[in-house]
Amino acid sequence: MARIQTFFKRFNWLEILALVLMIVFLYPFIIVVLNASKDNIAITDNPIALPTDWLLFFRNVADIVGDPNLNYFRALFNSIIITTFSLGLIGVSSAMAAWVLVRTKTRLSMTLFLFFVSGLVIPFQIVMLPIVELSRVIQTTVGIPWKDTHYAVIFAYMGFGAPLSVFLFHGFIKSIPLDIEEAAIIDGCSRPEVFFRVVFPILKPIFVTLLVLNGLWIWNDFLLPLIMIGTGGDTKTIPLAVANFAGAYVIQWNLLLTALVLSAIPVIILFLFAQKYIIKGMTSGAIK
Amino acid sequence: MTETQPVKTRKKLGKKASDRLWFWLFLLPALLPFLLMVITPFGMGIYYSFTNWTGGLNPTEWIGVENYRGLLTDYRFVFSFLTTGIYAALNVLFINAVAFGLALLVTRKLKLTNLYRASFFIPNLIGGLIIGYLWRFIYTLVLTRGLNFFESSPLIGDNALIALIVVVTWQYAGYIMMIYIAALQNVPEDLIEASRIDGANALQRLRNITLPLIAQAFTVSLFLTLVTAFKQFDTVYSLTQGGPPQLSPQWLMNLVGMDNARTVESTELVANVIYNRAFSFNQFAEGQAMAVTFFVILAIFSIGQVYFNKKREVEL
Repeated sequence: MARIQTFFKRFNWLEILALVLMIVFLYPFIIVVLNASKDNIAITDNPIALPTDWLLFFRNVADIVGDPNLNYFRALFNSIIITTFSLGLIGVSSAMAAWVLVRTKTRLSMTLFLFFVSGLVIPFQIVMLPIVELSRVIQTTVGIPWKDTHYAVIFAYMGFGAPLSVFLFHGFIKSIPLDIEEAAIIDGCSRPEVFFRVVFPILKPIFVTLLVLNGLWIWNDFLLPLIMIGTGGDTKTIPLAVANFAGAYVIQWNLLLTALVLSAIPVIILFLFAQKYIIKGMTSGAIK
Repeated sequence: MTETQPVKTRKKLGKKASDRLWFWLFLLPALLPFLLMVITPFGMGIYYSFTNWTGGLNPTEWIGVENYRGLLTDYRFVFSFLTTGIYAALNVLFINAVAFGLALLVTRKLKLTNLYRASFFIPNLIGGLIIGYLWRFIYTLVLTRGLNFFESSPLIGDNALIALIVVVTWQYAGYIMMIYIAALQNVPEDLIEASRIDGANALQRLRNITLPLIAQAFTVSLFLTLVTAFKQFDTVYSLTQGGPPQLSPQWLMNLVGMDNARTVESTELVANVIYNRAFSFNQFAEGQAMAVTFFVILAIFSIGQVYFNKKREVEL
């Protein structure tokens, strides 16, 4: 009895408010998951009813996976390739650049650092139209296949990821004492060895922050792939595939909602496992 | 030390050259893509905004500030520019109010506080495009036919812009909340305790102790939400496609010097207007002039924020 009383006493109105707000925030997800297990008629008939047959979800998934406009597994593959390679390459290249910029104390290195940082104020919108022209020049004049390729998009992400990544690495490397590197040089390490064996492992916390920040950006990005790949391209990522699918027919809600569930699942699963890193990465990245 | 040993001097010179080599070798993997994919198109973009570029193979000619002069009488651009301003202002207000409220709530001693935080944060993990489709479903079916909350979808009525802002607030508030939580947790407990003993009530404590101590988080969040709002493209693309069309208000026509009312798109933001102008109307140069104008405004805000922050850091 006493236990029940303390339970009610401690269950204050703020707790109830938070619970209600949580349900409001999650309701859109819940309702989409419910409706992904219905057919189109059932959805338009009563979008808030529970599905009669949950197994219909798998029918919808099968339809989605086989749809030529969506081609889910192909899009998932493209998204994974583009995101992983971009993340790895941005991380390593920016860390390398930031390291030599910190350790070389010349006016040139200071200017180059400010040059990178100035890239932070360049929004994608101002370069998106010229990139169409640039791609055409690279493709036809230079002769490198450029449109609708994985590497072109990855290369673009390396460019757009550099300003923030170089900035964050630069700030972090400044705080690493030089003694460690000098000791390594005395021990006979070459330049690359000093960096990859000694410095790079120390950068792990900021590397993780950047994985989170850049990862969510690249995985969810729509405008850059829209310009460089297009919704009809072979290397289209998940957002492009969903846009292509939604634009192809009069909306078939059951299939579109299933597509939304499938495209959200990878990130949500990742979040459940790496919640701590993701939240820490995103907030510390913003504050710096 | 080394001047008596010529061998060592030569070694040192060699070291300098190799230092320079390593400097550039380490720099290039980041510098090259940055130069080619960001700086080059940035320069091209500024040049193209002064030409009659059409995005195709047609030769482009320098036409001076013609495109920029055209923007002043371009009713659709002017309207979208003002819409973006209103959208950004309301967005900053909504997101920060909701985020700060949520942060205050979940920093109290609640049982499931981690679960609440995670739930508020989750919408931020999903991309703006997906979010737009998701809410199109919520607005057109769930809130109308399902819950009878609206007569007809707000996406086709007068309040489409507000409907868009609600979606973006839902998506973004949890992220900004995390920034406020981090700041609130840095407020020393004993300071709050001391003021409690001195007889300050909750509101006084918030105003005189908590708020000044987390001012930095406010600047960061305001700036972050503002810039994100200016760059909005994806959610408009999937939620409203810029629509619904509406008749342009009289003041707008007066502003651009036209007599008859025209149709404008009620939720078409700057990024969307640039995209549509280029890819639907083939007016690449005009679109690029809009982009440059937009960049200048964004840059002024960014520099202003840095300046403002620096000034306050000195004061503190």
